Amino acid sequence: MLRVDNVSAGYAAFQALFGVSLHVERGESVAVIGPNGAGKTTLLRLISKLIEPRSGGVFFDDQPLAGVPAHQVVERGIAHVPENRRLFSRLTTEENLRMGAFTSRAEYGNRLEMVYGLFPRLKERRHQPAGTMSGGEQQMCAIGRALMSGPKLLLLDEPSAGLAPVVVQSIFDLVRRICAQGYTVLIVEQNIRQVLKVVGRAYLLDAGKIVKSGTSAELLASTEIQKAYLGI
Amino acid sequence: MSEVFDIFLLEAVLNGLLLGGLLALLSLGLNLVFGVIDVVWICYAELIMCGMYAVYYLHVQYHWPLVLAMLAAIGIVAFLGWILHQFVIRPVLSAEPINQLLVTGGVLFFLQAAATLVFGIEFKNLGVSLPSVQIGEMSFSSSRLIAFFVALAGVLALWLFLSKTYLGTAIRAISQDRAVMPLMGVDPARIFRITSAMGGALAGLASCLLVLQYDIHPAIGLSFGPITFLICVLGGLGNMVGGFVAAFIFAQFIAVGGFFFALEWGYVIAFVFFIAVMFWRPRGLLGK
Repeated sequence: MLRVDNVSAGYAAFQALFGVSLHVERGESVAVIGPNGAGKTTLLRLISKLIEPRSGGVFFDDQPLAGVPAHQVVERGIAHVPENRRLFSRLTTEENLRMGAFTSRAEYGNRLEMVYGLFPRLKERRHQPAGTMSGGEQQMCAIGRALMSGPKLLLLDEPSAGLAPVVVQSIFDLVRRICAQGYTVLIVEQNIRQVLKVVGRAYLLDAGKIVKSGTSAELLASTEIQKAYLGI
Repeated sequence: MSEVFDIFLLEAVLNGLLLGGLLALLSLGLNLVFGVIDVVWICYAELIMCGMYAVYYLHVQYHWPLVLAMLAAIGIVAFLGWILHQFVIRPVLSAEPINQLLVTGGVLFFLQAAATLVFGIEFKNLGVSLPSVQIGEMSFSSSRLIAFFVALAGVLALWLFLSKTYLGTAIRAISQDRAVMPLMGVDPARIFRITSAMGGALAGLASCLLVLQYDIHPAIGLSFGPITFLICVLGGLGNMVGGFVAAFIFAQFIAVGGFFFALEWGYVIAFVFFIAVMFWRPRGLLGK
């Protein structure tokens, strides 16, 4: 479904990704793990066309995304939950969700019901400015906003970042539920131990290069990952 | 004796209210554009001047019915707002704020000079004189009454648009986080164009109301441009509710202050109040 082919990218003089390749198949949940500054966020920004690759290509449903402006990526079926959630803090929860359905207004009613079914808490808070909710609720709202576009592929950028440990657990439970519902998910995370319990497969990204890939079980068992990232 | 006094005071308060509605409409377009695009249209009042000339020429020279001339003027100024954005603002969107101020300031003088060349310096007016309305012992100019109710209707229509529609919600959203908008499937450049045309349309609506009350000349923008800008700053630049409230406060200072002293004193008191507020709340009454 998604194929990233030998992509290099960066900002001005700084190169963040060096020849990265990966693929995600329909119905899969895949993680890109790695330390801070490895290029994980850049990778997601590249897929949703917020930045252009310097070389290599991104293909979605076998169509190249080259030349597609960022605001048309959503209509093709890719929804991106950005780093730090990026809610419209002075808009209400429901208005944030409405923005998620900007490109698919006819479906608004059905999807709103679906998102409220998934996150009953958001329904209670629907008239509240998004900025006044707790971190976990805001993350739910950000994910709900992405689901409002009816995506084929959901990109999640560090959903657990900046949340209290108790909440982190519930966010991962939520991601697990979304994966179980049949959404195709690509998630980048620093919280390696937790995310590997949720996804089927993962890539390890370090200093802009894919250094390892495999099933979650393989990566959890790898001595390299245990030593470097899990502190075992 | 005191009865008469109270009636005149009431008249002053009500006239202040009427002026407030007009000032609220004036501040609306400027605030909308600043809130969304983060650029102050220093030449906003000159757009209004263009609209006033449009009404005048279409109605007086070309004999269009007044209402039709006004609707056309709103369209023309909306188009000017769009042009202003595409050809003047867009190239400096990522420039320093001072450069943005200077280019729109440049447009101010350009429009003034161009109007002097094309339309001449003599004062023009529609020659429409509407009767004044008597309520008891108080009298109100009916052009002011019309301006007040049309301005309020404009404010209400804009509020409904911004709160009830997808496009309106996107306009409020983009003022909070421009960079994330593409992820919602929204093209920020398109929202900017629409907002600029709407800012222009509001300036056009204001020009239709002002042309009923004032003579038109190339420098007319200077007589209400600064006050519009001050009201926006008083309310908190970019904050439309703030601008609305500030317009009514400012108008009361002018009207009631002018009643107790002389009309010019009303302005002096209003500006002293403005300066005091700037010390007390530099970001405006409702600024963040």
